[in-house]
Order: sequence, then structure tokens, then C-alpha cells
Amino acid sequence: MATSNKVINNQTNQGILNGDNIVINSKALAIVGTDAVSEAMRQINPDVVAAYPITPQTAIVETFSQMVADGLVKTHLVAVESEHSAMSATIGASAAGSRVMTCTSSQGLAYMWELLHIASGLRLPIVMPNVNRALSAPINIHCDHGDSMGARDASWIQLFSENAQEAYDNTLQAVRIAENPDVLLPVMVLLDGFIISHSIDRVEIIDDEAASNFVGEFHSPYSLLDPKNPVTVGAFDSLYGYFFEFKRQQEEAMSNAVNVIKDVGQEYGKISGRSYGLFESVGMEDAEFAFVAMGSAAGTIRELVEEMRSRGIPVGMIKLRVFRPFPAKELAEALSGLKAVAVFDRSNTFAGNMGGPVFIELRSSLYDLQQRPLMINYIYGLGGRDLPIELINKAAGELGEAARSGRVKQIVNYLGLRE
Amino acid sequence: MSWDIKDIQQWGWKKHPPGGLIKDPGNSRKFKTGSWRTFRPVRNEEKCSQCLICFVYCPDSAILIKDEKVIGIDYDFCKGCGICAAECPLDAIQMIDESELQK
Repeated sequence: MATSNKVINNQTNQGILNGDNIVINSKALAIVGTDAVSEAMRQINPDVVAAYPITPQTAIVETFSQMVADGLVKTHLVAVESEHSAMSATIGASAAGSRVMTCTSSQGLAYMWELLHIASGLRLPIVMPNVNRALSAPINIHCDHGDSMGARDASWIQLFSENAQEAYDNTLQAVRIAENPDVLLPVMVLLDGFIISHSIDRVEIIDDEAASNFVGEFHSPYSLLDPKNPVTVGAFDSLYGYFFEFKRQQEEAMSNAVNVIKDVGQEYGKISGRSYGLFESVGMEDAEFAFVAMGSAAGTIRELVEEMRSRGIPVGMIKLRVFRPFPAKELAEALSGLKAVAVFDRSNTFAGNMGGPVFIELRSSLYDLQQRPLMINYIYGLGGRDLPIELINKAAGELGEAARSGRVKQIVNYLGLRE
Repeated sequence: MSWDIKDIQQWGWKKHPPGGLIKDPGNSRKFKTGSWRTFRPVRNEEKCSQCLICFVYCPDSAILIKDEKVIGIDYDFCKGCGICAAECPLDAIQMIDESELQK
């Protein structure tokens, strides 16, 4: 059980944020990433959770099931027989007006695929942590982003986490983002399998009451169980129907999510001391070249960036937190004027050497800039392949060389691949 | 909630309730499915004993009843599935090709 984990020095933080005079109550725990997510779920206290275990997500459901058994939450836990059923039950419960969560990984997410589109198409604010794991074959249980990238066009919001703390923070914020009346889209919270999910990290858990007040109560716009206001959900829409119009609405909701994510991230800062935006900039004020990365790799890259900057090298990093909606305009602004950008992708598109999904989308985002930076793509870490700092250093050398010479030797590169 | 959908085919994308939600219950009455029919059930009133088995089996509630008696078939909604004809113990319902009837 998460709460039985060791509390570091029995430490409680009571900070006061400048200007706002809001007291932050939190305790620091030494817990793994999956327990950080379970803690967030305990505080959210969803009406229904329907889930099926799959490595490396299993521990989230396991710990949360214990919380249900111990009466720490009032959640109705549905132990389903597959991920297809997990998402189906989740959709039904959400349409009934409940606050609903599930979680999965890899093959489980793939098995949910057809339902993912139904959840977003019906505009159901479901929150689902997905512990990123490679898709078979060959069978591999370790981290890459190929699973959630397979759902990138499913009209789900995607929030990436750098560490267990962010997985916890993102899960709490996801509820508010999903349920915002201008959004009403499901949200995936992504955390790297094993690297985050199974590593013990220092995680600040905010006070239960503050967390509960932050997520607030869910007011569903309708309920299947309201006989006074009966509705039809999931009706047939034929050739002369309105399918196209509904898809346009989803795009609008996704665009609306940009500001909602920013607002929720600011508000969360007031209760936790940790504010969130669409991405985090490190040293970008005076950078001439920069890295762009998502997930745990950003932590390793940050280490190198700080070391290089201490030697006076004008390098920066953008840690992309929000992959859906893709913050194209904001990223273009942040990268405009740079000489070269290296994009790190923990998955591939297999589009014929076009590069990874982050690279392709970011390159497209920068197309309208007057002065576009040179761009290099590094595909790394597939199937959990490690990304040591030496490899990032190698990429940094190539990036610096591109910035100096004004040309890129090779656009798509495989970092850590045995040649 | 009554919902004015007279000009729904002209609605812009912003006007539809999100998620394809239908807030007006029972409006399937406005959607006539009789045109789907290939074979039309035709009753022989003389053979009919008013056992109402056709009424029980009809999946589209298209057997019209008045004072506990079958008075006809609602061709606006009958899809021509033929279950009534198959179930009728007295063979009082025949399925006839719509194209024959339109000659």
C-alpha cells in the first residue's frame, strides 16, 4: 500500500506562495511512479474505475484495489476481463454521469483502440494513466512511446511526465482539464514504463483536502440514468447525417484545451508550488541550439544542458509536456531564431525515414517561420534501450556542428542503435 | 425536452449538441423506416383469428391494434422482415414483393 511507504524525515512542507498567501500543505514520500498515480487516484476518489492489469501498469490497479478494499475511497471497482471491456465499462459509466478512470499500457492500450475513439467521439471526460511500454513484436515490456503514439489521432489529450512527481501532478490536473465544459475530452497521462513507474522517487503528495477541493465535484452535462431528462447516446449517423460536424467540434475542443491546460496548470501551482504549462523551457532565453524531448529523457538531457551551460555553451532544452493538443504556435515562438534543434523521439512512425512523430509534427509547426532552425531527429530508447548521458553528448556535438556549419549531415538518426 | 430540428440539415457544426447527443426522446417516430422494405406483409382478414401472435413478435411495433384487435400494419415503419408471416399459425399473412405491388 502506498501510504505504508516510508515518509522521508516525516517531512511536511508548509510553504507560502508569493503574493497569494496560500499555504501549501504536503508530505514527501519515497514511492514508485505507479504508487504516485495511485495516490492521485485515491485523492480524486473516482465514482468508477474499470481496469485490467498489464505490465508495467499493474501496480497502479493493485495498489488502488487495496485502497478500495481498505475503504479509503468510495470507488466502485469493476474487475473486467480485458482492456476492451475496461474501456467499454468506463465509457458506459461516464455516460451515466460518473467520474471515471482506468489505466493501461502497451498491448492493453492497443486492445482499447476502437473504444478510444468512441470515448472521445462521445465527449466523455475519462482520465487514463498509460504507463508507456513498447508494442509487440518482438514482445518487450520496457519503455517506449509507441503505444500512446498509436493513439495520437484518437482525439485524446496527452500529458507526458518527466518523473513520478509529474505523473502524480498530471493525474490530478487531468481531471480538471477533461471535465472543463469547453473541453470534454478524455485525457491520457503518460509515464515511462519502469524508468518512472518502477523507480522510487521523492514525491510530494498535497494535502487530501486541498487535492479534493482542487479536483472538485463532477457535474456531468447529462446522465443516462436521469429519467426526467432522457437522452440518446451513441446514435447512428448515416451518410446524410452530421458526423463531419461532430468531428469539427472535437477539433475545436482540442484547441480550447490549450488555454484550459495553462489555466489549470497555474491554479495547480497555487496549491502545490508547482505550476505547469504546455512545455518547460530550460535556458531558452539565450540558447542558439536546443533539444526537444518528452518523458524521463528530459531529466537526463536537462543534466547535460546545465553542465554545458556552465561551460558557456549556448544550449537549451524544451521539455514537451502536452503532446495533444500539439502546441504548434507556442513551440514555433519558442524555437524561432534558433540555429538548430534536435528532437528526441522515443518511437518511430515507420513512414520511410521521415523521423519520429514529435519530429514530424514539430517540423511542420515551424514551416511558417521566417527563420527556421535546422532540425535533426534522434530516435532513441525503443524497447527500453537506455539513453546514457554520453549518447546525448554525442547528439549535442552533432547539433553544435550543425549550428556552426549551417547544414545537417543526417536528418534522422538512431541513437544507441548497434550499427 | 422538445427539440426543434426542422432545419437540422442546414445546421452549422457549432449548433449540434456535443458528442452526437440526442436530447429529444422518442424522435425515432420521425424517421420512417418503411422504405427499407423489399417484401410487404399483407393480411388476409378472413383467415385471421385475432390471436395477436404477429403483434407479439413484430420487432418494430408495426402491427396496429385497436380494441384488442389487429386492424392493419403500419407500413411507415414495417421493414418487411417477415417474422409475422413466419409466425402466423393460420398463414394469414403473405409476403409480397414490393415491385409486384407497384406495377
